[in-house]
Amino acid sequence: MQNLDAIVNEARGAFAATDDPDALEQVKALYLGKAGRITELLKGLGKLPPEEKKTAGAAINRAKEAVEAALNARREAIRLAALEARLAEEALDVTLPGRGEVRGGLHPVTRTLERIEGLFRSIGFEVADGPEIETDFHNFTALNTPDDHPARSMHDTFYLQGADGKPAEGILLRTHTSPIQVRYMQQHVAKYGHLETMPEIRVIAPGRVYRVDSDATHSPMFHQVEGLWIGENVSFADLKGVVADFLRRFFESDDLQVRFRPSFFPFTEPSAEIDVAFMSGALKGRWLEIAGCGMVHPNVLRHVGIDPEKYIGFAFGMGPDRLTMLRYGVNDLRLFFDGDLRFLRQFV
Amino acid sequence: MKFSESWLRTFVDPKLSGEELSHLLTMAGLEVEEEETVAPAFDGVVVAQVLEVAKHPDADRLNVCKVDIGSGTPQQIVCGAPNVAAGLRVPCALPGAKLPGDFTIKVAKVRGVESSGMLCSAKELGIAEDASGLLVLPADAPVGRSIREYLDLDDRLLTLKLTPNRADCLSLTGIAREVAALTGTPAKYVEIPEVPVTGSAARAIVLDAPAACPRYCGRVISGVNAKAPTPEWMKRRIERSGVRSISALVDITNYVMLELGQPLHAFDNARLAGAVHARMAKPGEKLLLLNEQTIPVDADVLMIADDEKPLAMAGIMGGEESGITLATTELFLESAFFAPAAIAGRARRYGFGSDASHRFERGVDFGATRAAIERATQLILDICGGQAGPLVEAKAELPARKPVRLRVARVAKVLGVAFSGEQIAALFDRLALPYARDGEDFLVTPPSYRFDIEIEEDLIEEVARLHGYDNIPAPAPQGALSMLPQTESARPLARIRQILADAGYQEVVNFAFVEEAWEVDFGGNTDPIRLANPIASQMCVMRSTLFGGLVANLATNLKRKQNRVRVFETGRCFLRNAKGGPVAGFDQPWRLSGLAYGGALPEQWGAPARSVDFFDVKGDLEALLAPRIARFEKVAHPALHPGRAARILLDGQAIGVVGELHPQWVQKYDLPLPPVVFELDLDALKRAELPKYEEVSRFPPVIRDLAVVVDHGLELQALLDGLSAHAPSLVQDIRLFDVYTGKGVPSGQKSLAFRIVMQDTQRTLQDAEADAAMQHLVAYLQDAFKAQRRV
Repeated sequence: MQNLDAIVNEARGAFAATDDPDALEQVKALYLGKAGRITELLKGLGKLPPEEKKTAGAAINRAKEAVEAALNARREAIRLAALEARLAEEALDVTLPGRGEVRGGLHPVTRTLERIEGLFRSIGFEVADGPEIETDFHNFTALNTPDDHPARSMHDTFYLQGADGKPAEGILLRTHTSPIQVRYMQQHVAKYGHLETMPEIRVIAPGRVYRVDSDATHSPMFHQVEGLWIGENVSFADLKGVVADFLRRFFESDDLQVRFRPSFFPFTEPSAEIDVAFMSGALKGRWLEIAGCGMVHPNVLRHVGIDPEKYIGFAFGMGPDRLTMLRYGVNDLRLFFDGDLRFLRQFV
Repeated sequence: MKFSESWLRTFVDPKLSGEELSHLLTMAGLEVEEEETVAPAFDGVVVAQVLEVAKHPDADRLNVCKVDIGSGTPQQIVCGAPNVAAGLRVPCALPGAKLPGDFTIKVAKVRGVESSGMLCSAKELGIAEDASGLLVLPADAPVGRSIREYLDLDDRLLTLKLTPNRADCLSLTGIAREVAALTGTPAKYVEIPEVPVTGSAARAIVLDAPAACPRYCGRVISGVNAKAPTPEWMKRRIERSGVRSISALVDITNYVMLELGQPLHAFDNARLAGAVHARMAKPGEKLLLLNEQTIPVDADVLMIADDEKPLAMAGIMGGEESGITLATTELFLESAFFAPAAIAGRARRYGFGSDASHRFERGVDFGATRAAIERATQLILDICGGQAGPLVEAKAELPARKPVRLRVARVAKVLGVAFSGEQIAALFDRLALPYARDGEDFLVTPPSYRFDIEIEEDLIEEVARLHGYDNIPAPAPQGALSMLPQTESARPLARIRQILADAGYQEVVNFAFVEEAWEVDFGGNTDPIRLANPIASQMCVMRSTLFGGLVANLATNLKRKQNRVRVFETGRCFLRNAKGGPVAGFDQPWRLSGLAYGGALPEQWGAPARSVDFFDVKGDLEALLAPRIARFEKVAHPALHPGRAARILLDGQAIGVVGELHPQWVQKYDLPLPPVVFELDLDALKRAELPKYEEVSRFPPVIRDLAVVVDHGLELQALLDGLSAHAPSLVQDIRLFDVYTGKGVPSGQKSLAFRIVMQDTQRTLQDAEADAAMQHLVAYLQDAFKAQRRV
């Protein structure tokens, strides 16, 4: 029997010394092949006396199993080693950059406008749009801005040139988004004026506006968002509620300070200027002018055929450029209109 | 409106700090735009008199002075100022004094001579830039008195940013009235008694345009000394209000304007002839103004004239030739009310403005015309001497002040918070608004100094203002909860922008006014819409295409070493159209335009470097338009390379163009490589269709490839159109997967390889059916396009 143990040990040693699957099979043949040593021993069983046959057979079979086990273990080890070698070979530098296009991005003011639209939509405001070349009527007259009002002067308003080279009569670049108020109300009246009570108007109107002004804090083209809520019972308190709510949501700051102070616009009465102050950050504690607003002037309602005794409401106009600057800490308005990718990519 | 706080406090002195006062004004609608201190912090400086000046024994430029500081014991002070002289009164910093710049005065030896203090220049005290010598004080300056007190250096200067409706606050009296109403502190106004008439000279006054000038007071004052100095207190007040001191007579008129809000004008009476007229300008009339401009005046300008000539643009500016000088001894003083409508816009038309026009345009208190001239007369007599002639007044119909009705219930409706009649009455009392009650209603008669109270809402604003906007609640508003429409037949703009951003494009916003050359180069537009008053010549026409801005963005970024640029913009373009949209004569369509330049991909290790080309951008556009399929056909476009440009059609309608920038613009705009640009109509891009379900086949498809050789000039679209028209119904998809020229393909020809997918929804296709379909397609291609099958 010692002989058997020796064969098993020898086989184990031979397997272990083999790294290659084909060589392993050849080594296997030395023990388990047709002329293999274990096979020979099994063949020799027949020559043994019957009383020895049983115990010798059992011993040889145990030895065979041991050799097979050793073989299988070695096969597995070689397979794993080969796999590992392949995996090692296939390994990547996962720190190399990914392949393909990089994403572009939206303009920072667009980001702001989309957030404004989202916030106002959530309380039922529609979004409207209007022409940028406007009539004097919609931009001024219908907004209760008399002929001699300083806002109408050549200093503030861009006029278009007529065929004779002089300013064209009654045509200009809108100086604010308020003319959309007028157009929207006119359409509303055309649609619902026949009803005993018209549905409410709740609308915001973002857009580009133009003024003859250009320095570090003024751009001849800039953005505005107009808001309008007209109903049977919409008050100055509601205006305060809506705007303060909006500003706190927009800046995601529940402790944002919002104040309304008396001001003057020809198309609202009473009118207010809205200031905010942050409780932290670089601008902490400073009051910053952010919007103008007020109760829509009865003359404006009358101009579009709405009875100011029955309907009442508020309008506001704010500067999304300024909101964007405050939100992201941008310190120069001109960056918005310069197309510098190094600036714009920061808002992807 | 700039003024000194200490002057205001002589009228009304509420128990508020300077800061609280500013806040109060701001929150009442009189925004304090700027606050300045008159002098920086310092102390220990008194009025001193130089008694003796002697040369310093060891220094040429220094003097040793004996100085009276009011202590009884003259002090020895070394001084280097060139203007030091015995007898002068000057500021003296005593030992222990802290001067601006954290500078402490000590007793010290200066070149061996003890000096107990320092005589100061204006600069050393931080109150002016003048460092040339000592600040010389008036001879009556009280020796020993704190200089801060004596010069009122603790005063603050406030600048109000007044809205145009609050002309009543363009004077100290007006601001005081407001502060009194806001705080309840009684105000003490200047008492203005009638000046006794001591002279007899007078001029007749004729109101030729009574609507424009319904009230005019004039008075001749003779025997005045125009060279008299302006008293320090007056000079200080007007200078602290931002008005330069000129001469006593001019200063007095300015002082009264600041004090009462009434602009005054003084004419040299010796240069007037006959009566004084307030009349409209005559045709062709010209006037040399005090600002040395000669203005040809339009017929709608109100003039002050005498019997012979124009004297002044009424309420705007006086004439040079009739103005007072230092030699004037007899003056004609004017205090008038000019109607705002007669003044508004005139000064601006001629490119200037004045303190007077600013006030008259907005409205001057027509109840104070006489008081102002009496006040000015008294000050002139006090300061310049002379004899006042009789006050001559001409008067026509003054602005009506109709009572305005206020309904108590309307206040609650507008403000969202209820006020009782008593509360409102109390607020009106504080504002000194005269009212009567009509039942519950108030009938308010606006005072002559208010030009902003015409309708009920104006009164409601007064109620809210005095109550405090801050004290009005800000509840979450209530409204009907009806949902907004949300259509699926249009894509929101936000979605379109996001698709392009995801494809690598960065959004930009460019000006809508552009260079004229851009319109020609990129739009072929030689008759652009022009601005009458452009801000600069490179921003003088309205764009009809967004291309120019994008090419400029490219150039800017190349300069900044950004060599791969993908940008897009959505914005309006402006086109002439006789019919046009909401504004007659103009179409203002929204467009989406983009530009791609540089590498097809950002420079990277894992993809070969290649410049972006037409098909990269076409792919981006196909993805943007998906699921809708556009057709592209060759087009000639001024901005684009004639062989590399396409018109984009959707449902047969042209919606835009895409192509390489024309080589001549690549050269002109200094671009190293040609960018690919596109411009699409945004409305067309927004249109969307509801997805429509079609059955998905459960049977396997048969896929066959087909390569044909065709003429090189043949456009794929023609081939595809023919194929899809002639293919049997089992053909589901025909897709081009290869285009080849070169070895094996005769020159002048190209090989196109298609993958053809065949499938039936009801059964498995037999090979024979597929073969038959393929043969049919090959035969068609041979027939229609002389195509040879390539094996």
